[in-house]
Amino acid sequence: MKNILVAKNVSKSFGTFKALNDVSIEVPKGSIFGLLGPNGAGKTTLIRIINQITMPDVGEVYLDDEPLQPHHIQHIGYLPEERGLYKTMKVGEQAVYLAQLKGLSEAEAKKRLKIWFERLEIGDWWNKKIQELSKGMAQKIQFVVTVLHQPKLLIFDEPFSGFDPINANLIKDEILKLREDGATVIFSTHRMESVEEMCDHIALIHKSNKILDGKLIDIKRAYKSNSFEVGLISNNPDAVEQSLNDKFEITPTSFKTINNELQYKVKIADSASPNDLLSYLSTLGQITHFVEVVPSANDIFIQSVKNN
Amino acid sequence: MTFLSPLLMVAIFSLVAYLSQINNDKVRTISVLDESGLFQNQFEDKDNLKFQMLDGLSLENAKESAENSGVYGLLYIPKTENVDQLAKQITFYSEDSPSLIVMNDIEDIIQAKANSLKLTEAGLDAEMIKNLRVRIDTQLETFGGKETSKLGSGLKLIFGGAAGYLLFMFIIIYGNMIMRSVIEEKTSRIIEVIISSVKPRKLLLGKIFGTSLAGITQFAVWVVLIFILSGVVTSLFGIDMSSAQTPQQQEMMNQVQDVGGSQDMLTQVVMELYNLPIANLVVMFLLFFIGGYLLYASMYAAIGAAVDSETDTQQFMLPMLLPLILAVYVGFFTVIEDPHGTVSQVFSFIPFTSPVVMLMRIPFGVPIWQQILSVVILFATFMGTVWFAAKIYRVGILMYGKKPSYKELIKWLKY
Repeated sequence: MKNILVAKNVSKSFGTFKALNDVSIEVPKGSIFGLLGPNGAGKTTLIRIINQITMPDVGEVYLDDEPLQPHHIQHIGYLPEERGLYKTMKVGEQAVYLAQLKGLSEAEAKKRLKIWFERLEIGDWWNKKIQELSKGMAQKIQFVVTVLHQPKLLIFDEPFSGFDPINANLIKDEILKLREDGATVIFSTHRMESVEEMCDHIALIHKSNKILDGKLIDIKRAYKSNSFEVGLISNNPDAVEQSLNDKFEITPTSFKTINNELQYKVKIADSASPNDLLSYLSTLGQITHFVEVVPSANDIFIQSVKNN
Repeated sequence: MTFLSPLLMVAIFSLVAYLSQINNDKVRTISVLDESGLFQNQFEDKDNLKFQMLDGLSLENAKESAENSGVYGLLYIPKTENVDQLAKQITFYSEDSPSLIVMNDIEDIIQAKANSLKLTEAGLDAEMIKNLRVRIDTQLETFGGKETSKLGSGLKLIFGGAAGYLLFMFIIIYGNMIMRSVIEEKTSRIIEVIISSVKPRKLLLGKIFGTSLAGITQFAVWVVLIFILSGVVTSLFGIDMSSAQTPQQQEMMNQVQDVGGSQDMLTQVVMELYNLPIANLVVMFLLFFIGGYLLYASMYAAIGAAVDSETDTQQFMLPMLLPLILAVYVGFFTVIEDPHGTVSQVFSFIPFTSPVVMLMRIPFGVPIWQQILSVVILFATFMGTVWFAAKIYRVGILMYGKKPSYKELIKWLKY
């Protein structure tokens, strides 16, 4: 697959502090790319380099195979984590001004804004001042301004912070729609459930280094431990536990069911097949539950950060 | 505010003028007990000062009657052997300490009489003395043959001073405006959105030029409106703006008029205006005004970027404003004393003081090469400060939290 954005061996220092150390990422076209990492890992610095707000000390960034140039800002839409608007300016004027900075003509900006405002049901805000709006309302405006010039690369830094669940959902749907229309999305967030839900590629940055990247599915495969959650109904629980313990690595676990059964997490050898476990279990009692344990993005995040 | 401010200023001036008129309108009556008999017809009633001679009363009675009749005060002139003693023994009784203006008036009258008494005592005629007095009015001429005058020097001073002071005010007002707008963008956190579209350097320059143009427009509107409104107010209400001046100022004005003669004053002013290097003045005013403003504006912007709120700016403002304030002091003290002295010359080349000092020197005639050199130095320094400000700005606008120290600012230059 073709990459829309490639960062090669990017390093950046502020004084003696190294914010990014030899970080490379590849963002495939049309993907939703999760840029993850604990606070202060260097995500924002990398995003600012992509937006040409800061220059890297070492390394290059390519957009569509071209080294980054000033005119590329027209193709990028950026919603920073620290965001705001001019408080005393009217919503409409302000949105038009910001769109013009991205190279749209005034007429075009107005036309597109009208459509977006109607779509998000905020049409009557045009003449309001930002200070009259709530935080969530202002965030909606910012979202519109970010995507208005139809950039091919969208960068969202914690896009859902400040939204109530309903509006967060609305924005999520809009982001997915934009991807369908051909945009690529880079997502920086701590909220692992939205990563799980939306991202197909991720990169994990920790202490200025990239420690993990790739397709989310591939990473999950790599991190899976060949473990299964099983539920068994048996008349002789002690004997079952004894015999399972002899053959596999088991840990008691709990999940919600309607039965009153024995619940275990069973890890089998890498060479073994789930079928072997399943047939063995059938000899011990009645199977009510059998699910492969897939590591969540959250588990992967915590595990890899801890290991580094 | 653009249209309201001049209205407000004119309103305040009119109010002050009006109030001081009311203040002076009060007619004060003063009782005079003249035991010496020397001042029988000397005290003439004026607009707001009436005199009432008391005869044949003792001092105690006079005091009592003055207090009861509610007059402003009682002037007591005792009988003495000679004028010198008299001068020391005249007493003014009043309820509170009397107004300075009233006392001046009274003392003037007594002094004039006492002087003429002494002259008579010495056997001289007062009228004759007046005729004998010679008035010196040195004719001033440059080596180039241009006639100058003290009046001309005064005019030059006014021109230079006004230009320098205008620039000073402009820098402070609109420099602050730039600083506030930078801080606003920082605290509202819109800055990161903006600089993902515009280079910080462009934004900085745009801000400086934009604010300057807005400022010049506003300034022009103010000046024009103040002139128009003052005219309207004066003609409508008959309030004379000059009555807002203090007596001292009026006295100075009178002296200037005395020096200049009387009727041909106006013609002289026009003549002197012709003698001023008007074209030179206008061109240089524009250049120094723009250069000086841009120089300080870029520093204001850097300060705005370095801090999070206006309250944190003090630490950086003082060292920046110091040279500007110094320039105004040098201008108003040193340049007035000697426009071409060493100190004046040096300060008119240092870029942080040159706009104000050079503007004040130019009306007195400064060689063109000096002016050009100073302008070149000024604009070269502006390039330097913009580079410096852009660096600080670029880093500072994305820095939140603690107030940076000077050491950290220097570090930012290397980022």
